[in-house]
Amino acid sequence: MPDFNQYPDARGHFGVHGGRFVSETLMAALEELETLYTKVKADPAFWEEYHNDLVNYVGRPTPLYHAKRLSDEIGGAQIYFKREDLNHTGAHKVNNTIGQALLAKMCGKKRIIAETGAGQHGVATATIAARLGLECIVYMGADDVERQKMNVYRMRLLGATVVPVTSGSRTLKDAMNEAMRDWVTNVDSTYYIIGTVAGPHPYPLLVRDFQAIIGKEARIQHLEKTGKLPDALVACVGGGSNAIGLFFDFLNDPEVKMYGVEATGDGIESGRHSAPLAAGRIGVLHGNRTYLMADDDGQIQETHSISAGLDYPGVGPEHSFLKDMNRVEYVGCTDKESLEGFHESTRKEGIIPALESAHAVAYALKLAKTMTPDQTIIVNMSGRGDKDLHSVMKAEGIEL
Amino acid sequence: MTRIESTFDTLKSQNKKALIPYVMAGDPNPTVTVDLLHDLVKHGADMIELGLPFSDPMADGPVVALAGERALAAGTSTRDALKMVAEFRQRDTQTPIILMGYLNPVEIIGYDNFVALCEQSGVDGILMVDLPPAEAGSFTLHLTEHAMNEIFLLSPTTLPERREQVLTHCGGYIYYVSLKGVTGSATLNTDDVATQVQAIKAETDLPVCVGFGIRDAASAKAIGAHADGVIVGSALVQNFADIDGNDATAVANAQQKIMTKMDELRAALDSLSA
Repeated sequence: MPDFNQYPDARGHFGVHGGRFVSETLMAALEELETLYTKVKADPAFWEEYHNDLVNYVGRPTPLYHAKRLSDEIGGAQIYFKREDLNHTGAHKVNNTIGQALLAKMCGKKRIIAETGAGQHGVATATIAARLGLECIVYMGADDVERQKMNVYRMRLLGATVVPVTSGSRTLKDAMNEAMRDWVTNVDSTYYIIGTVAGPHPYPLLVRDFQAIIGKEARIQHLEKTGKLPDALVACVGGGSNAIGLFFDFLNDPEVKMYGVEATGDGIESGRHSAPLAAGRIGVLHGNRTYLMADDDGQIQETHSISAGLDYPGVGPEHSFLKDMNRVEYVGCTDKESLEGFHESTRKEGIIPALESAHAVAYALKLAKTMTPDQTIIVNMSGRGDKDLHSVMKAEGIEL
Repeated sequence: MTRIESTFDTLKSQNKKALIPYVMAGDPNPTVTVDLLHDLVKHGADMIELGLPFSDPMADGPVVALAGERALAAGTSTRDALKMVAEFRQRDTQTPIILMGYLNPVEIIGYDNFVALCEQSGVDGILMVDLPPAEAGSFTLHLTEHAMNEIFLLSPTTLPERREQVLTHCGGYIYYVSLKGVTGSATLNTDDVATQVQAIKAETDLPVCVGFGIRDAASAKAIGAHADGVIVGSALVQNFADIDGNDATAVANAQQKIMTKMDELRAALDSLSA
């Protein structure tokens, strides 16, 4: 097994994945960001400011909670939830926006743009922009604007401008295209906060570093509670930032098994899913080489998931690498299964998970059954489910 | 010598500026394109950039992005676009064709396979918007083997040391992006472009052509005074917007408007050498 800490390489590659595939206009901005990040990464004062914000503004560390009722019911492994849903703004996304907002400040940029699917990254970005007094524009697929109305309203309350994107499939990938176009046009004044571990180098690197706090805390907490490392980690994978965040600090521990859960929607065989690692091919989109859902002509395919945050045809390049290296096992969970996970967590533990996280919960319940009560699983409870109540009600035909 | 290189040699000897129209393969439907290419030549095109439709054109503004959507909706694939070039070549063996597109369809076809198909079809140059020199290694190798030019972009944000790197890798001509923004953007600053084109020309013998934001005779003339050629895309392609691509009369009318624009652009550029 290689030392996973040495990736990406100097050119931003994770094996054949990653890199920097963008139009020329953005090159200077990416090189500037890379230079800045290389400098601050080695600067303890930067990390002190970041951690100070995480403690006093975000509310970290988040607890590692033993889901005892669920574990007892299954009779298999002990399930622990890493409670990223308890972060300020309700999801892990804020860890990254805090870090990137510090970078934006250091670049002297007064205008922030972001793309968002479920709205969690948009809300986190709008929140930080409000706190720092920066202009904030959030691009969001028109369909996602419709299914995530509450988060759209939250962003607007926070002073952000939400721009519905009507091109293409009207979801997250199109929002990302539109954010890139904005960035090309306003590159001098604007910092683009990418919300996941995808995009051109150095984004997959810096987003991972900012999310790695999840696994760092989980490792210490699990050791304190059990005196050993966990046997398995489970996290949902759309772009994959919460999963990398949990996994990264354990990658060099071969005894810790890892499972990334993709959204298989109506099932892989239906073609209506968002599972590029299970059913995709290697290609180039949004500035990086990675597994993608593309047709035989290389056109990006439309995706489907009940969870807007997982409804993306690509995945972060580090995940593609970890798949190729057989370090992480990528599995799937359908819309229907995720709803079962959603209800199980809610009814047995009093925790309403985001539909993204519900995919991880559902898979962990299956996995736990194959393990023994002395073993443990950490599930990343990446976000809370308030934003998804509308989607759940719609899926189950419930009216208030 | 490639067809692009010899075309620029000829233009230089005639003291003429290159007019390079951009159209999207398969827009508004696949049956239109080959005739359109011939007409562009008749109306003054020295070479043609042919867009390969892609589902996620990140560097294109709405006009070209929608052209791509129309082409894809009409069923145009990358291989179809190559067939169009082959058909064009049956009657025109002179005018260089440069394919402009995004990398993913090429990755799926495979670099070696794609470049071989390009050669068979009579393609002269390739410009991949999202493939910078630093990532182009094996693609460049295949193109070199098949004697095709790989064209790269320079932009107002390109720093001098990076410019040197791009110039080292570029062949055929340099495509200078006249402004920060996507294709079809509005704000063109001729003085800035002139300064940048001069700086580039000080470092390379390659012809420097300017695109993004050139929409009419006046802007073509202003830019053509400094550059070796102008590239015009959105101002032509927009004529296919808002028409029914299956309505032959509507398509013919749009093509007529495109050719009128071409005549104006040609006259504007030729007035520079008169």
